Formats: sequence, C-alpha cells, structure tokens
Amino acid sequence: MTDHPDHIQDMVDDFTFLGDWEERYMHVIEMGKALAPLMEGERNEATRVKGCASQVWLVSEAADGDDPIMTYRGDSDAFIVKGLIAVALKIYSGRRASEITATKARPIFDSLDLSGHLSAQRANGLGAMVERIQRDAAMRASK
Amino acid sequence: MTFNIDEIRAQFPILSREINGYPLAYLDNAASAQKPRAVIDAMSRQMETSFANVHRGLHSMANETTAAFEGARGKVAALLGAPSSEQIVFTRGTTEALNLVAYGLAHTLKPGDEILITQMEHHSNIVPWHFLRERYGAVLKFAPVLDNGTLDLDAFKSMLSAKTKIVSVVHMSNMLGTLNPVTEITKWAKAAGATMIVDGTQAVVHSRVNVAEIGCDFYAMTGHKLYGPTGIGALYGKPAALERLQPFNGGGEMIEDVYEDRVTYADIPHRFEAGTPPILEAIGLGAAIDWFMALDRDMAWQHEMACYYHALDGLRDIDGFKLIGDAPQKGAVLSFTLKGAHPHDIAQILDKYGVAIRAGQHCTQPLMARYDIHSTARASFGVYNTLGEADRLVAAVKKARLFLS
Repeated sequence: MTDHPDHIQDMVDDFTFLGDWEERYMHVIEMGKALAPLMEGERNEATRVKGCASQVWLVSEAADGDDPIMTYRGDSDAFIVKGLIAVALKIYSGRRASEITATKARPIFDSLDLSGHLSAQRANGLGAMVERIQRDAAMRASK
Repeated sequence: MTFNIDEIRAQFPILSREINGYPLAYLDNAASAQKPRAVIDAMSRQMETSFANVHRGLHSMANETTAAFEGARGKVAALLGAPSSEQIVFTRGTTEALNLVAYGLAHTLKPGDEILITQMEHHSNIVPWHFLRERYGAVLKFAPVLDNGTLDLDAFKSMLSAKTKIVSVVHMSNMLGTLNPVTEITKWAKAAGATMIVDGTQAVVHSRVNVAEIGCDFYAMTGHKLYGPTGIGALYGKPAALERLQPFNGGGEMIEDVYEDRVTYADIPHRFEAGTPPILEAIGLGAAIDWFMALDRDMAWQHEMACYYHALDGLRDIDGFKLIGDAPQKGAVLSFTLKGAHPHDIAQILDKYGVAIRAGQHCTQPLMARYDIHSTARASFGVYNTLGEADRLVAAVKKARLFLS
C-alpha cells in the first residue's frame, strides 16, 4: 500500500470503508454533486478539456510567488466524470505547483480502485484532465 | 432456413465471455457486430492454406486467392441484388465508399449546384458533401426530420429542383432506427435529374436490400456491422454512374498502362481499387454474407424487433425515460435519454453490469441539434441478442436511474 500525504490519505480511508463498486460509484457521484458548479461564463473554449467524451471544464488559479498554491475548479455535464473531477481536485487543488507536478495520479487512483478511469483509451477524459492540472502547475512552477 | 437463437449464439465465440462478472450482453451492434465462427475460420483458413496477392499472379495460390477474393465480390452483389459483380467496388467501408462517390462526382458540379441530404445522416454522409461545398461551391441542403424520427417527405420533395445534382440519403438511421422509403425517394431524385446515393450501412444488416428495385445510382455498405471483418465495405453502382466517377486513389491495380506522358485506366470495378486490397477482409465479408443469407432473415428481423419492443416496454416505466426515434418504419435501434442523467454515465454504469451500449452523438451531430440534445444512450440489437438481454438492459438502466438522481 502506497503512503499518501494526509489530505489524500483521508480520501483513501473514506474509500476503504466502501464495499463493492456500486458503493464506490455512489460515493464518487456524491463527491461530484458536492462540487460548486462553475459559473456560466467559466464554461468556455479556454477551460474546456479536450479529449473528454463528455464535456469537462477546468479553471486554474495561481497565487503569487515562485512556487504558488494552485486552486482548481472543475465541472462536467456527466455525474461520474464530475465525481472523478472532485477526486482529482481533492488531490491537486490547494497544493503548491511543485508538489502538484511531483504527485503521480496513478498510485492514488489505484488506492481508490478507480485507476481504470485513468487510461488514455477511456473516453471519460480523466487522464486528459490530470494532464491539464499538472501542465498548468508546471507552467507556474517554472516561472 | 431456420432461426434458432441458441444455435446462432453458439456460433459466436465471444458471446461466452464475461464482463465485470456478468455474461456479456452486447447491445452495441449498430456500432459494430460480433463475428461468427464461419467468418473467423474463413479468414484464418485462407491464411493457413492459400494466400497470395490477388490479380496478375501466375502461380497457383495467386489464382486461388484471386478466385476467393472475386468470389466475395459476387457474394456482395448477391446480397445487394446487383445485376453483376462488376458493379461492386470494394472499399474500406461505407465512409470510403461515400468519399469515393463525392470525390468522383466533383468534376460534374458547378458552383450553385445543390446536394440534398437529410438531417438524419451519419457524418460519413455529410462531411464528404461539405468538401464539395467548400471546394466547388456546391450548396448543401438538409431535409428535415419530424419529431417522431420520420423524414419529412413533403419538405424533401419541395427541396428538390432542377438545381439538385446529388441526393444522398441513409436507408436506415443509425441513431433513430428509421427506415427511409428510398425507392420512392430515388424516383423523385431521378425525376429531378439528380444522382441518387443510398447509405445502406445499417439497412443491409436488418432488411432485404435490392438495389435494382430501389433504382439508385449508388449504394454504400460496410462489412463489420454485417458480422464481417473491419476494413472492408462496398460500393454498388449502376454501370453508367460508375463510368462518371473519377478515380479517387491512383496506383497499382487500377491502371491499364502507365507511360511518362499518359496513363490508361483499368476497367470498373478495379479502376477504383488502387493498391493491394484488403484481401482477407473481403474473403471474411464473403463468409459473413454466406452465413447471413443462410439465416431466415424475416425471422431474424422479427426476433430483433421483439427484443426491441420488449426492452422498450420495460424502459418506458423508468422515470425520465424518453425514446428518441419512434418512426412507424424502423429497425431495432433504441436511442434514449434519461432526464437528469448523462448518457455517458448510463453507459458506464451499464458496463458494470455487463451490458454494452453506446452513448454519445453517434456521428450525427445535426440530428442531435435537431432534437436539441447533446447525446443519447443507444441500445442496438442484432440476431444473437435475447429477450433476457433486453430484460438485463432494463434492469441495468433502472439501477443507473437510482445512481443518477
């Protein structure tokens, strides 16, 4: 079992109490429902994550400084994808850019038994979204 | 000719597999169908016993392979009711067949000439015509679809005129399931002096097609939805219509003689088959057609529709269910939306129960715009599906309803 930082381990612990995939999916969907929706104007071409079969938008905001804290907000018109966005935001949002680029998604999604959603072949685009999160962080970390 | 569902299922090795702990219920046949043993064996047997490049070979296996390849052409002709196998051009599929026609007819168009298609076309029967609009100034028109998924025939007729040079219509819609009256439409198109093309991708799988009766100039089909391999399809054409087409690809096989200052072309159909063709795939398609034509196709149709109506009966009770495509003449394609639930969510949850369906735009964006929806979930039935699988579809959508509310 991989050791994760506290903010991720809390989420992993939540998942370990869940039984079968039905409960895990329910939980993921609930996490998505708890996300604040983006404002209408924030759902635009610039924030749209390409490579997702359903529509996915991601807004990144960086604080000041060399290695800023990055804040991400995301949305989708599909429940499961929105839930997966919530999981990704739990991992990456509110962290320093350098930490974000160093944090690999796969071991975490493995711990959540959700890594099947990460592969590039999966049309839901979780992989594309994580890539976008890390790319935006990398741009800020190097400034 | 019989139709015994257990015997049919036993011929599809893949149907014994499990998905996520459940027996596979494959309801994505409109996207691509599974392959019977006869097709798998025909292709591997060819590779194991006699394989060479086709045409012009002077050794035994070249002759044998050519005979098998050309024999497959004859089978396509028989399936479509084409008078001669020389009227069958092998293509990679319907998409390539329609692109060949669009490319090949471009030289006959003047700016302002009209191309009439419908709102229910697949992108493969839209984008090649957009090319002619962009490159040659053709005017592309879309005949409207009524709320129940029927083509608006009055509007269609009113859009035909002396300016209409090309009419291209889907025989059976991959999203709505609607069967269009292509014989009647062909009469109108021909009366207007237009070239008539029919996209038969779905129709050849579900209904008896006879191109001579339809009277169209071109009819396009693909193999992989007809229980055959991918990478092979066909274009039927009337001899005079095929003569008007400029070749799409240049290369070997499609020429008679090549000089430094000129080239002469092979006869039809080889003129349109440059390069080494998909030999094994054509032979596999031939085997699929043999297998398919040996079925009682009227019984197969009734069986598929029984699965469709059985599923529809169950789904109608689910809160927020809406059928998209309720034309009186339709095949076993069940597109639906579930209020408040994204079709992608539905498809992912169904997959967890071993039920494979499609979710998305189904390459029919103008049709999505027509219904003001972004996507649908689509279950499409084939000869090997069962009423039990229709029940499992309903049960899984009920589960999805619980998840997604």
